[in-house]
Amino acid sequence: MGLTGSAMGKAMVMQAMIFRAEPAESLRIQALDDFTLIFHRRSGLTHLVTAPAPEILAILQEAPLNRDELLARLGERYDLEDASPAALDARLAELIAVGLVEVQ
Amino acid sequence: MRIGPVGFRVGSDWRAPIAELERLYADYPVPEGGIPDFNVRLFAARPWRRLLRPAVVLGGDFVLPEAAPLPLAQGLLAAEMAMNLQMALGQRRYLLLHASAVERDGRALLMTGLSGAGKSTLAALLAARGWRLMGDEFALVDPASGLIHAFPRLVSLKNEAIEVVRAAVPGGRFGPLIAGTPKGDIRHLVPQTQSIARMAEPAQPALILFPRFGFEPAQRALRASEVFVRLTQASTNYVALGERGFEAMVRLVREVPARAIDYPNADAALAQVEALWGES
Repeated sequence: MGLTGSAMGKAMVMQAMIFRAEPAESLRIQALDDFTLIFHRRSGLTHLVTAPAPEILAILQEAPLNRDELLARLGERYDLEDASPAALDARLAELIAVGLVEVQ
Repeated sequence: MRIGPVGFRVGSDWRAPIAELERLYADYPVPEGGIPDFNVRLFAARPWRRLLRPAVVLGGDFVLPEAAPLPLAQGLLAAEMAMNLQMALGQRRYLLLHASAVERDGRALLMTGLSGAGKSTLAALLAARGWRLMGDEFALVDPASGLIHAFPRLVSLKNEAIEVVRAAVPGGRFGPLIAGTPKGDIRHLVPQTQSIARMAEPAQPALILFPRFGFEPAQRALRASEVFVRLTQASTNYVALGERGFEAMVRLVREVPARAIDYPNADAALAQVEALWGES
């Protein structure tokens, strides 16, 4: 295994968390090209994101999920490249950092 | 005075900058109802400076602490900068783009870029060829209609552009040459009569250009997302406008084609602009 002890620990922590997205009414989402713009009404911030961020938000807005449930749901609905747990953890961490997703 | 939809009152501790402003802005109307949107005040940096080494400090409804005092000889420039500052910080009605704008057949061409990209120069040269100058510094986007409103203040020409434009506009009314400013030599040009007379007429945005001076002629189409990023950087009040600014910007980048153009000299740029305008 290529994971270090701390990365393994982090992955396990992510696995145990339940993630919740900002509700649809607090976001204004506009797809432009490869990029999608998200205006976050609560913070007044504009985010420029690529896949799979809009897809993650859409799924989590339906119901809060843990990471493995989210990964399965993404796989069912979208043809996403590089859909690994580690990649999803990284995307979730980014969305949490900007306030679009929170840990329940 | 009123510039486009915005009224200004400019006051100064000295008569000289005001007299120069009155001369250059002689054709501009007074603010609607006599009430200005912004107050601009040029005052002495410290009382003793009036005697020893006069300097002008920008003041007004909004003040940036780092706005550096300018020598009194640059009072006119200070007044212009102060008016720009008031607009940049205080405008809430329109989404403000740091861009020049010219109009033909009711459609607006916007040009934006870094300082020195040539947006003022190109706007002045296009105006000399019959386009209506809507502004060389700010384009005002109405969030409700998506239309561009004019802000035709004095055109601010810098360094080599001064001679290029003077040659292209033989009968032009110019201000005094202001040498040795932080941006080099500056000279103002009074916009043509139609620019001031028709400044209340908005126009539909039709083309956005990002010119770059000093390169071989080249052009490339820009995707909406890149235009969005560049225009939010070129906007002084995008964040302050919140969701209205977001919607106005999304609409603009979705509906209006955008090109980056490189040009080695003014003639090449004008040829590129006319060709692109024909396609848009």
